[in-house]
Amino acid sequence: MNLTLLILLPLLTAVVILLVRSGVQVKWSALMGASVQFILALILFFAFRKERALGNEAQMLFEIQYKWFPSWHISFHLGVDGISVAMILLTAFVVIAGVLVSWNVEKMTKEFYLLLIILSLGAYGFFISLDLFILFFFLEIAVIPKYLLIGIWGSGKKEYAANKLALMLMGGSALVLVGLLGLYFGGNENTFDLLLLSKMQIPVVVQKICFPLLFVGFGVFTALFPFHTWVPDGHSSAPTAGSMFLAGISMKLGGYGCLRVATYLMPEGAKEYANIIIVLSAIAILYGAFATMMQKDLKYINAYSSVSHCGFVLLGIGMLTKTAIAGAVMQMVSHGLMTALFFAVIGMVYERTHTREVNEMGGLIKVMPFITTVLFIVGLCSLGLPGLSGFVAEMTIFMGSWQNPDPFHRIATIAACMSIVVTAVYILRAIGKTAMGPIHDRYLLLEDAKWNEKLAAIILIAGIIAIGIAPFWLNDLITPAADEIMHKVAGK
Amino acid sequence: MLNDFLLLMKSELALAFILFLLLILKVGKEIANERLLALIQILLLGNFIFGFFFIESGTLFGGMFATNGLIAFQKSIISLGIYLISLLFSDWLKKTEHLPEFFILLLSAVLGMFFLISSGNLLMFYLSLELATIPVAAMANFDLDKKISSEASMKMILSSALSSGVLLFGISLIYGATGTISFDQIPALLDGNGLQTLAFVFLFTAFAFKLSIVPFHLWTADVYEGSPMAVTSFLSVISKGAIAFILLTTLYKVFAPMHALWYNMVMLLSVITMVVGNLFALRQQNIKRFLAFSSIAQVGFILLGISSQSIEGISSVVYFVLIYVFSNLAAFGVAGAISQSYGKELIEDYKGLYQTNPFISWVLALSLFSLAGIPPTAGFFGKLFLITAGASKGNYFFIVVAALNMIVSLYYYLRIVRAVFMDKNDQPIAKINLDPSTKLGMIICTAGIILIGLLSWVYDYITSLSIQ
Repeated sequence: MNLTLLILLPLLTAVVILLVRSGVQVKWSALMGASVQFILALILFFAFRKERALGNEAQMLFEIQYKWFPSWHISFHLGVDGISVAMILLTAFVVIAGVLVSWNVEKMTKEFYLLLIILSLGAYGFFISLDLFILFFFLEIAVIPKYLLIGIWGSGKKEYAANKLALMLMGGSALVLVGLLGLYFGGNENTFDLLLLSKMQIPVVVQKICFPLLFVGFGVFTALFPFHTWVPDGHSSAPTAGSMFLAGISMKLGGYGCLRVATYLMPEGAKEYANIIIVLSAIAILYGAFATMMQKDLKYINAYSSVSHCGFVLLGIGMLTKTAIAGAVMQMVSHGLMTALFFAVIGMVYERTHTREVNEMGGLIKVMPFITTVLFIVGLCSLGLPGLSGFVAEMTIFMGSWQNPDPFHRIATIAACMSIVVTAVYILRAIGKTAMGPIHDRYLLLEDAKWNEKLAAIILIAGIIAIGIAPFWLNDLITPAADEIMHKVAGK
Repeated sequence: MLNDFLLLMKSELALAFILFLLLILKVGKEIANERLLALIQILLLGNFIFGFFFIESGTLFGGMFATNGLIAFQKSIISLGIYLISLLFSDWLKKTEHLPEFFILLLSAVLGMFFLISSGNLLMFYLSLELATIPVAAMANFDLDKKISSEASMKMILSSALSSGVLLFGISLIYGATGTISFDQIPALLDGNGLQTLAFVFLFTAFAFKLSIVPFHLWTADVYEGSPMAVTSFLSVISKGAIAFILLTTLYKVFAPMHALWYNMVMLLSVITMVVGNLFALRQQNIKRFLAFSSIAQVGFILLGISSQSIEGISSVVYFVLIYVFSNLAAFGVAGAISQSYGKELIEDYKGLYQTNPFISWVLALSLFSLAGIPPTAGFFGKLFLITAGASKGNYFFIVVAALNMIVSLYYYLRIVRAVFMDKNDQPIAKINLDPSTKLGMIICTAGIILIGLLSWVYDYITSLSIQ
C-alpha cells in the first residue's frame, strides 16, 4: 500500500472543498473524503496485519522515500510500524466523527471544513513520517487550523484561548526544533532520518541536552505538567469538532513524538530523566483529577480529565517497560476515541440546552435517551469500567509500571491508581446530574440525536468497545513496536 | 571584448535601456498613465525573463565588476521584486502625477543595486551603494502633498549620508591598512590587526545602517511610515535583499580571514536585532510601522544564516530573500490596496476585513504565516534553513533565542490575523475593487508563498549556484 495516499487524499479533499460552491456540497465532499480516508486506514490496518502474518519482520512496513531538499539530507520518507497504524486508525475514527458532528455549522461552512481537513492532514502526515524534518513540518501544519477553528467558531473567551493555544504549541515546537537540530548535528552524520538516527550512537552529552528539549516540546502538546494550561481553555472554547480533534488527535501528536522521537532515539536521555517524567506525570494525573472535581462546566470537566488521562500516557513512557509503553500507546488510542466521543456528546447536549453547566441540567434521559446513553458509555469508559477501552489501557499501564520493583516506581503507580477513585467521583456526579433527576420544563421539547450525530457516536463507540472486549488485536499491533523501542532503550 | 561586455553586463544594460526609454517617453508626447504603466509592467516582466538567459561568469574592468550564476540569480530576484511592485501598487502608480519619474528613480536605484551586487572592489561598491540610495530618498518624498513624506525623505537622506561617511572612512582605513581596494587582493593582506579591525567595524556599521540592524535601526520606522507604500515595500524588501547579498560577498570573500572576529559580532547583532525588532513590533498600531519592525526582526534571521560562513549560509540567505520578496510584498500589497482605497493604515481598521474582502484577507494571512514561518508556506522552509545553517556552528544558546523569537513574532502576526478573521466590527472596510494587475500580483505572490517551499528544486538550484 502506498502511504502517500494518506496524505494526498486529505489534500484532494481540501482542494475539492475549495472548489465547490454551496455549503451542502462542502459537507458532503468532506464526508466523502473522510469516509474514503477511513476505509483507507482500515485497508492499511489489514494490509499491515497480512504483511506481519506473512512473516515480514522489517521494523517499518510500506516504506517509501522521495528526494526532498537533498542538500540538507532531507527526504520525504514514510513508513509505518504498529504504533503508527494504531494512531492512523484513531485519526480516521475521530476525523469522520468530527465531520459528522459539525453538520450544523452554518457560519463559514467552507472555511470550517477546510481547516478541519488540513488539521487531519497534519496528523496523518505526522504519524507516518520517518524523517524528522517532515515530522516537524506536519506537526506545525496542524497549529494554525486549531488557532482559527477556536478563534472563529469558538465560544466564550475564544480569542484568548486561541492565542494561548497557538503560542504555547508554537513554544513547544520551538523546543522541538532546537532538539531536532541537536540530533541533526549531534550524530556522526548530518541527517534527519529517523531510522538512520536510531542506528547511530548519539553521544550521551547530546542526549542529555536534547532529550529534555524534545520531551518537553512534545510534552506541551500532550499536556505535560506544568505546560498543560492551554488544555482547559483551548478545549472549552473550541467548537465541538475542534475540541474533538484537539483532544482526540492533536494531543496524541505529542505523546507519539515523546515516544518515537525523544525516547526511541535517545534512550540514555530517557533513562536520565525518567524519574522526573514520572513525577510530573503523576502530578498531572492527580492534579487533573482533583481539578476536574471542582468544575461545573461539562467541557471543562472533560478538558481537565484529559490532562489526567494524558498523564497516563507520559507515565507509561516514563516507566520504560515494554508493557507500560504498549499501555501508553493503547491509552492514546483509547483516550482519543473516548474524549472525542465525550466532546461530541457535550456538543450535542449544548446545541439543545444551550448550556454546559452541570447544575442547570437534569433528567435529560427522558427527552434524549440516545444522547444520554452515549454519555453513560463514555463516562464509564473514562472511569475505567472493564469491557471498555479505558480499562484495558490503564490496566496495561499499571501492570507495566508495577514491573519496576523499586519503591519510587511503586509509589508513583499507587498514586496514579488513586486517581481512578477521583475519576469515578466526578464522572458519576456529572453524568448523574445531567441525565437523572427531575427535568426542567424548558427542556421538555428537546429532540434526540439526528442521523449524523447517531452515526458519529456509533462509529466511536464501536472503536471503544472493540478495544474493550477484544484488546488483542490492538495489543498485537502495538507490542512488537514497543518491543523494538525497549530493545533500543535496553541497549541491545 | 565588446562581446564580453555585452554579455556580462546584460542585466545592467537591459535596465539602462528601459531607463532611457522612459526618459525619451517623458520628453515626448504626453501618454496616459494607464498605458504607460502597462508598458512598464511588460518591460519589467521582459527584464525579469531576460535575466535567465545568457548567464555567464567573468569579470570586467580589471576586476571591478564581477558576475556569475549566483549573482545573476540574485539580480533576477530583484527584477522579480520590482515587477511585483509595479503590479501590486498599480492603483497608486496610476494616480501619481509623475509616473515616469518614479520609475526612472526606481530603476536607477535598482541599477545601483545590480552594480552593488556585482562590485569587485571597494570603490565600485561605494559608488553603486550611493546610486542605490539617493534615488530612493527622492522616491520617499513622492507623496508630494504630505508633510510626513518629505520628513521621511529628509530623515532617510541624512541618515544615509551619515552612514556613507562612516563607510567611506572605513574604506579609506582599509586602503591604509592593506594598500588595495580590490576584493581579490584584500583577503591575503588581512591579518586582523587593530587598524583592520577598526576599518572592518566602520564598514560593517555602514551595512548595519542600510540593513537597519539594531542599534542602527532608528531611522527605519519613521521613513517607512512616511513614504508611500510602494516605496516602503521597495525599501524593506528589495533594498534589504540587495544589501544582504553584498554583505554575503563581503563577509565570505573579502573578510573571510577575519571570520572569528565577525562571527561573534554578527551572532550578537543578529540576536539583538531579532529581540528588539520583535519587541517593538508588538506594540505597533500602524501597519507600516508594524511591517517595518517585523522586517527588522527578519534581518536578524538573515544575519543568523550569514553567520554560518558556509555554502548552506549562502544558499539559505538567497533562498530566504526570494521567499521574503513574495511574502512581504504580498503583505505590503494588501496594506497598499486598503490604504489606497480608504486611507486606512491602522491595524484596528482591519477588524472584520474577512467579511467584506475574503480574497485579500487570505492573501494577507498567508503572507503573514509565511513571515512567521508557519508551514506549508515557504517562510517555514526559509526560516528553518537559516536556523539550521546558523546551528551548524554549534552555538545553541543563540539558536534557542532565535526559536523563542519565532514565538514572539507569531504573537504579533496573529494579532493581525485575529483582527481580520475574528474580531467583530460594525463598519468593516467596504469591498475593495482590486485592479486586475494588483490581483495578478497578489496571485503570483501567493503562488510563490505556497510553491517555493514545497518544490525543493528551487533550493537545490540555488545551492548548485552557490557551490560555484
